[in-house]
Amino acid sequence: MRARVFVTLKPSVFDPQGRTIADALHSLGYGAVEDVRQGKYFELDLATSEAGQARALAAEVADKVLANPVIESYRIEID
Amino acid sequence: MRFGIVVFPGSNCDEDAYHAVRDVFGLDAEYLWHKDADLKGALRTGAMARFSPIMSQVRAFAEQGGPVLGICNGFQILLEAGMLPGAMLRNRELKYRCEHVHLRVEHTDTPFTCAAAPGHILRIPIGHGEGNYFAAPDVLDRLEANRQVILRYTDPEGRLADAWNPNGSANAIASVCNESRNVVGMMPHPERACEPLLGGVDGRLIFESVVTAMAIR
Amino acid sequence: MIDGPVLERHGLTRDEYERIVQFLGRAPNITELGIFSVMWSEHCSYKSSRVHLKTLPTEGPQVVQGPGENAGAIDIGDGLAAVFKIESHNHPSFIEPYQGAATGVGGIIRDIFTMGARPIALLNSLRFGPLHGPGTRRLLEGVVAGIAGYGNSIGIPTVGGEIAFEPAYAGNPLVNVFCLGIVKRSDIVKGVASGAGNSVYYVGAKTGRDGIHGATMASAEFDDKSAEKRPAVQVGDPFMEKLLLEACLEVMKSDALIGIQDMGAAGLTCSSTEMGSRGGAGIEIDVAQVPQRETGMTPYEIMLSESQERMLLVVKRGREADVERIFDKWDLHAVRVGEVTNDGMLRVKQAGSVVAEIPNRALTDEAPVYHRAMREPDYLHEVQRLDLDALGSHVVAGRLRAGGATATRAEARMENARAEAGAVQPGESNAVLLSLLASPTIGSKRWVYRQYDHMVRTNTINVPGFGAGVVRIKGTSRALALSVDGNGRYCYLDPYRGAMLAVAEAARNVACAGARPLGATNCLNFGNPERPAIMWQFAKAVEGIGAACRALNVPITGGNVSLYNETDGKAIYPTPVIGVVGLLEHADRVLGRRFRRAGDEVVLLGEGHGELGGSEYLKVEHGMVRGLPPALNLDVERSLQDLLVALAAEGLIESAHDCSDGGLAVTLAECCFDTGAIGADVSISRTGISQNETLNTAAALFGESSSRVIVSARPGQVAAILDRAAAGNVPARVIGRVGGDALRIAIDGQLVIEVAIDDAERAWTSAIEHYFARRVA
Repeated sequence: MRARVFVTLKPSVFDPQGRTIADALHSLGYGAVEDVRQGKYFELDLATSEAGQARALAAEVADKVLANPVIESYRIEID
Repeated sequence: MRFGIVVFPGSNCDEDAYHAVRDVFGLDAEYLWHKDADLKGALRTGAMARFSPIMSQVRAFAEQGGPVLGICNGFQILLEAGMLPGAMLRNRELKYRCEHVHLRVEHTDTPFTCAAAPGHILRIPIGHGEGNYFAAPDVLDRLEANRQVILRYTDPEGRLADAWNPNGSANAIASVCNESRNVVGMMPHPERACEPLLGGVDGRLIFESVVTAMAIR
Repeated sequence: MIDGPVLERHGLTRDEYERIVQFLGRAPNITELGIFSVMWSEHCSYKSSRVHLKTLPTEGPQVVQGPGENAGAIDIGDGLAAVFKIESHNHPSFIEPYQGAATGVGGIIRDIFTMGARPIALLNSLRFGPLHGPGTRRLLEGVVAGIAGYGNSIGIPTVGGEIAFEPAYAGNPLVNVFCLGIVKRSDIVKGVASGAGNSVYYVGAKTGRDGIHGATMASAEFDDKSAEKRPAVQVGDPFMEKLLLEACLEVMKSDALIGIQDMGAAGLTCSSTEMGSRGGAGIEIDVAQVPQRETGMTPYEIMLSESQERMLLVVKRGREADVERIFDKWDLHAVRVGEVTNDGMLRVKQAGSVVAEIPNRALTDEAPVYHRAMREPDYLHEVQRLDLDALGSHVVAGRLRAGGATATRAEARMENARAEAGAVQPGESNAVLLSLLASPTIGSKRWVYRQYDHMVRTNTINVPGFGAGVVRIKGTSRALALSVDGNGRYCYLDPYRGAMLAVAEAARNVACAGARPLGATNCLNFGNPERPAIMWQFAKAVEGIGAACRALNVPITGGNVSLYNETDGKAIYPTPVIGVVGLLEHADRVLGRRFRRAGDEVVLLGEGHGELGGSEYLKVEHGMVRGLPPALNLDVERSLQDLLVALAAEGLIESAHDCSDGGLAVTLAECCFDTGAIGADVSISRTGISQNETLNTAAALFGESSSRVIVSARPGQVAAILDRAAAGNVPARVIGRVGGDALRIAIDGQLVIEVAIDDAERAWTSAIEHYFARRVA
């Protein structure tokens, strides 16, 4: 199975990269883009065909390695 | 007394620390070489180093009260390993910064600042792209209440000022310690400021402190 | 089927193709054609430049290794050698600034540690279009971030460099990177393959399709299709390189190694043929053994890939396990991909069957050499003409118009009257000085260099922005001073003189730090050599470099040529960039540009002649690139540099700063910066170059006459300094004193400059920074 893990900074954490991108978009005239938050995206190929197992494994990996729980949160999709 | 300098393949200030301890202070030092490469750059700095066996030894040493100092990348590893509170974000201006900064010594009851006077101003270089210290507001409050903020970025006179905060760190924090005060992390590089030839010797104070602390013990 | 379009895609001419057929005695297959195309590209073969490069001085008692190896080397005492080279990564950096610059740094570092040396310092020389122009800021940001990203991660300090901004580089920026390493003389390793039956090893990153045809890309002009060539840009991995560096240095300590070379331009092809050719041997490689990152790669792709962080080693037969063990320790996988043969052929196999077979010599020594046609460019006579009296009347007219801004009609009338008389108006020179200091080419480069880790390895004595970069040599009392310099504008106006001036400036910068210049490396950035005017510029510049290097005793030990620096048929300024390495016997005698304390005397070594040709003043104030660059007397220059080294060694002077862009006034201002606003009071003489007094004043203040240095000294040492200068035939006189908080300059008693250091320093510091000021929440 494949797990997709999206890691982003928590809403309470200032994201200077996202802000820079938002500023750049505004200067290009995309005023309708109100804010940008950037993050990391991982695709995990998992040796399991059971969605529950896959999700648990991905969550464990995300907790331990992919995300830093002090500043980041994550979301998992399984397919 | 003996200094152990933890080396991960891919880390690069280990030789500088070794040089400072051995050649500048004439003290005993050895590399604690570890095979596990860190994923610096690939994920987050220090994200993998914390899993290596050497770090469980470092943790055990710290739990027995042994003094542990994490400089720059070392600070980041101690944060990732949960041995110190908080996390590092990219510098506020998203750029690596290498320059001398001014630091105010906030507390002297740690093994790495005991030779300083409170309020002492140190001029020491930084060199990092991810040194923007972050902790949740309640954690920051606790750090301040427990007197765990050890060094702060200031102007040359020791005053807090945003223009003199090189990376946007919360509360201008350059260094924190753990609750037991024996584990200290700092972003500036004291090993780069130990010889007059290199433009300053304020970093010596950090090394002299640990010598003093060990002598007292 | 090899037809016209296939040849064109490979950058080969019909004649070159015929030559290939002759060498092989048959038509090449596509893999062989690819191999020939990269080895015969300008980048690898130096086919247009070789006849000229041969004329450069490359020998001297201090030279340990001249051109022809991965890098040059000079003796620095204590049984040690300094290994150094400069290289361009212009084309890749234009297409993808971050990765282009990063892999440029990675490549030059590999050239240095391949020689067995531990890299300890990086420098760079960068040129862009004007900062306000479209795309320049993005390019500069990307290039600087790429250099920083690679150098900082691998832990080698960037200790100096230069940056210039000229419209001529808008479509073709220059990114030249320099690296220096230290090795025991006896431990130098060469890129040689010998001993039939010895094993050929591949180590490092896996091979992918990146960078295929990088070498031919670097040898072709840009056009609007260049963006489509993006896949040819390689991606760097400094962490892999750090492991490679440590592992290779460890392998070199064992005696299992015969030779080693990095896979840079033209990858596996270039490294194997060059190593074979140097050792007079052949090499046989089985591409099936080459570690691959992508599937279905053809022998053509594997041989031409420019994936980064890969090395090729020749290991003694029977010692393979020793070498594999060392690489294993560093988590690197060394793979045996072939062996050395005695038939002088490059033989490429794929799982046993031969897919390419070419005599090594055909690819290297027998590569085409061209005596390209040369002709003096048409523009030259016109731009060399500088009519100062005509310019003088223009100055007056300009000031008359400006007179409209003054408060009253009476004042305006008076001002106009003064202007017509050509009298210098108060404040006028102040304004010019401030605008020169705010010019990005002259202004502080702090915004750039503080992104580089310039202190790691704790050797850096002079950090960037404070004169030549200086690093101590641990374990000795010595230090090395390093400078890279070029001046495209001078070379455009007169390539011969411009190139001489570039050598002189680099060597002078090193001497200003107190170091004796010992050796040089050059990076020659030019346009399309198939155009006679460009080839003429190239030949003249090489002549100039040769003359200056001979006179100043700094042999060229290696370097790099970058041609075809053109966009849509428009060439860059001819830009030779020179890196000079000098030795300080006593690291603690090092000098920097800054005045040290109030009360010190200011001494001018050398003489100004009010030369304004090609100056920053003409460009900034009059929007003009004209005239002849300053004259250079190489004997005077040599005496001046000898004097500087002697004064520094005796501890007679406190600071030294070379007078270059912006002339005396800018140099004096720079001596005052980063001192906590210490000023100076200076008095100089008038230069009579024109009928117009404004121009005469400008010439004295901002003229760029060569062979001049501002030094400061304790008052008690001045007599000794003047004595030494007289003995060395160097003009020298006290022109003022350090002190106060302003820079004051009088010409023949009349005060023409009075600027608070704080104001001047603000203009200088924000010259580049203000283009990048960003909102911070």
